[in-house]
Amino acid sequence: MEFVFKIGRFGVTSCIRIGQSGFFLFRVIGQKPRWGQLLFLWIEQIYRVGVLSLIIILLSALFIGMVVALQGYHILEKFGATEELGQMLALTVLRELGPVITALLFVGRACSSLTAEIGLMRATQQLDCMEMMAVDPLWRVISPRFWAGIISLPLLTILFNVTAIYGGVLVGVDWLGVDSGTFWSNMQSAVNFRSDVFNGVIKSLVFAVVVTWIAVYQGFYAAPNSLGISRATTKTVVYSSLMILALDFALTALMMGGW
Amino acid sequence: MKSRVVDFVVGIFIIAALLALLFLAFRVSNLTNFGNGKYYKITAEFDNIGGLKIRAPVSVSGVKIGEVATISLDSNNYRALVSMRINARYNNLPIDTSANIFTQGILGSNYISLSPGFDEANLKAGSRIETTHSALVLENLIGQLIYSLKSDNDGSQKKKNEKGEGS
Repeated sequence: MEFVFKIGRFGVTSCIRIGQSGFFLFRVIGQKPRWGQLLFLWIEQIYRVGVLSLIIILLSALFIGMVVALQGYHILEKFGATEELGQMLALTVLRELGPVITALLFVGRACSSLTAEIGLMRATQQLDCMEMMAVDPLWRVISPRFWAGIISLPLLTILFNVTAIYGGVLVGVDWLGVDSGTFWSNMQSAVNFRSDVFNGVIKSLVFAVVVTWIAVYQGFYAAPNSLGISRATTKTVVYSSLMILALDFALTALMMGGW
Repeated sequence: MKSRVVDFVVGIFIIAALLALLFLAFRVSNLTNFGNGKYYKITAEFDNIGGLKIRAPVSVSGVKIGEVATISLDSNNYRALVSMRINARYNNLPIDTSANIFTQGILGSNYISLSPGFDEANLKAGSRIETTHSALVLENLIGQLIYSLKSDNDGSQKKKNEKGEGS
């Protein structure tokens, strides 16, 4: 009997959380755009969320491009098709690895710190103080972080793609000796701007919305104590990673399957 | 002062990302190949196009001069209607040019190969190639081979039977 109660309680609270997060998203997006006052906040947040994530993302991109080229070369060598390496590398990175891995790294590097920061503001009652001063914390704290995440992640993904392709060039062309001309021309003949490059950027835009939404929501509604903050941060990383992988499948099916 | 440094770094970040997008557009993908609008369209009808796809290359003597633009079915005679974009630089194809559908390698994708004829007049935008050869469909070939082998066997067996009756 107790078990049934627990399941019921769990269902009701999850529904409440989902509805609450939906209303929260609408309130953040529905902020009146006061660009003049917000611009410096946005730039500061883009700096913290985007620019400071650059090093880890570009380094990972370099190594991922290198390892894809190395693995691909040895597989393609069996079929005598090493000149297709450029095509394989570009399509793998642009369609899947670029958006997904950048988003996963972004969650670990930027979103977790967003949640912890906002959660600590909640715990130390900074957000309540703002409300006392008639400053809406959604406008002053949440909105700039939310939009900074949405702007930064697609830009980071594009930079990831380019770096990974150059990592692949480093291994494939400079080290393993695939001809540079066939490498690039095969890549160009196979990659379509609309359906490969652009779809990858759309994917990362969707990831950006979902991931930053989860991060700011978890921070804003974290239980105001140290245990609550740590749990909120963990939840951000776990939920975001799961959402990225699930959404990636759904978006790929939508884009490639031609529903 | 510090805020100015932050502004500058964020500006560099955004500009770098936009440059990277340009790089992806022009170096990695094929946006530039036929993107300058200098091409003309010709059409051809085939009995069977096999596995020909949109954007498949159109070549003369192995040199790529264009790509397949659209593929549709002519509902009057049930033949495949293929329209091709040909780069405007190659505007001296004779009007009796013939079109073949070939396969790149054994397992490769299909492409159209044009063999120029000898007529004085040239193909213009919108003109149609009259002489076409369909794609070789492997299943049909195998079917024909098995059929001919079978009929050979039947023939030899008949001969045997006749011989047996004769003796």
